[in-house]
Amino acid sequence: MGTNPEITNIEDIVNRRLAELLPQKIEEALREREEAKTPSLAIIATKGTLDWAYPPFILGSTAAALGWDVTIFFTFYGLNLLKKDISDLKVSPLGNPGMPMKMPFGPDWFKGINWNIPNLIQAGVPGFETVATMLMQQTIKNNGVASIQELRELSQEADVKFIACQMTVDLFGFHHDDFISGLDYAGAATFLPVAQQADVTLFM
Amino acid sequence: MNFDKELDAKGLNCPLPILRAKKALAELQPGQVLRIIATDPGSVKDFAAFAKQTGNELMGSSENNKVFEFYMKRK
Repeated sequence: MGTNPEITNIEDIVNRRLAELLPQKIEEALREREEAKTPSLAIIATKGTLDWAYPPFILGSTAAALGWDVTIFFTFYGLNLLKKDISDLKVSPLGNPGMPMKMPFGPDWFKGINWNIPNLIQAGVPGFETVATMLMQQTIKNNGVASIQELRELSQEADVKFIACQMTVDLFGFHHDDFISGLDYAGAATFLPVAQQADVTLFM
Repeated sequence: MNFDKELDAKGLNCPLPILRAKKALAELQPGQVLRIIATDPGSVKDFAAFAKQTGNELMGSSENNKVFEFYMKRK
C-alpha cells in the first residue's frame, strides 16, 4: 500500500509539461492542416434571369482563379443558365424597385436620369421586358462586364464543377440535349455531401 | 521594373482582370513576372487579395491617372 512519492513526482512533472505543450502542438497541427487544405465553395443557383446569372458565375470563376475547388448546383430556374443558347436570358424591372433604369447611351446628363416607371405601365406595355433586357445588355457591354457566356466558359475551363438537377430537368420537360456538355446530372443527395465539406456555401 | 509578359486589362471589369491574370500567370515559368494594366478601381484590393491567396507575389503596384499597374511574380 502507499504510493511511491518519486513516481507521483514524475507524473506531476509530465502532466504539467503536457499541459504546457499540448495546446501549442494542437494549434500548430491545426494551422498546418488549414494551410494545406484547398478551400472550397459550393453554390446553389436557382434563378434564371440575366441579372441573377452573374453571381454564381462571377463567384465560381473567381474562386477557381484563387485556387479553390468549386461546385455549382443548378436547380429550378437556375437550369436555364446551363442551356446551350443563353442569349435569350432576360431581366425584368417589373416589381424590382432596386433596379436602376438608366439609358446606356446619349450625353451624360441623359444617362444619369433614373427612369421611374410605374409597375402598371411596365406590365401593360408589350415588349417592355425585351427592351429593358436590351438596355441592360448594352450597359453590361459599356462597363466592360463579361458576358454570361464568357464567364461560364471561363468557369468550365477552370474546372468549376456544374451539377444539373435531374429532377428539375424532368419537371420542366427539358432534355439533356438542351444543355452544354460537361454536366453531372444528379440530385440533392449528391450536392449535400459536397456542401457539407465546403468552406463556403451560398444559395442564390 | 522588368517583366516577362504583359496583360492589358484596361476597360475590363470584375472579375475579368483576375481571371485573365490567372491565365496569363499559368503561361509563365515560376519566378517570371507579369505586368498587368487595369482601369477597374476594384482591382487594387482584388489583386492584393489574389496574391495573398494564391502565393503569387505582388511585387509592386501604382496608379497613374486612373490606370493601375501591377507587377506579379509567378509562384
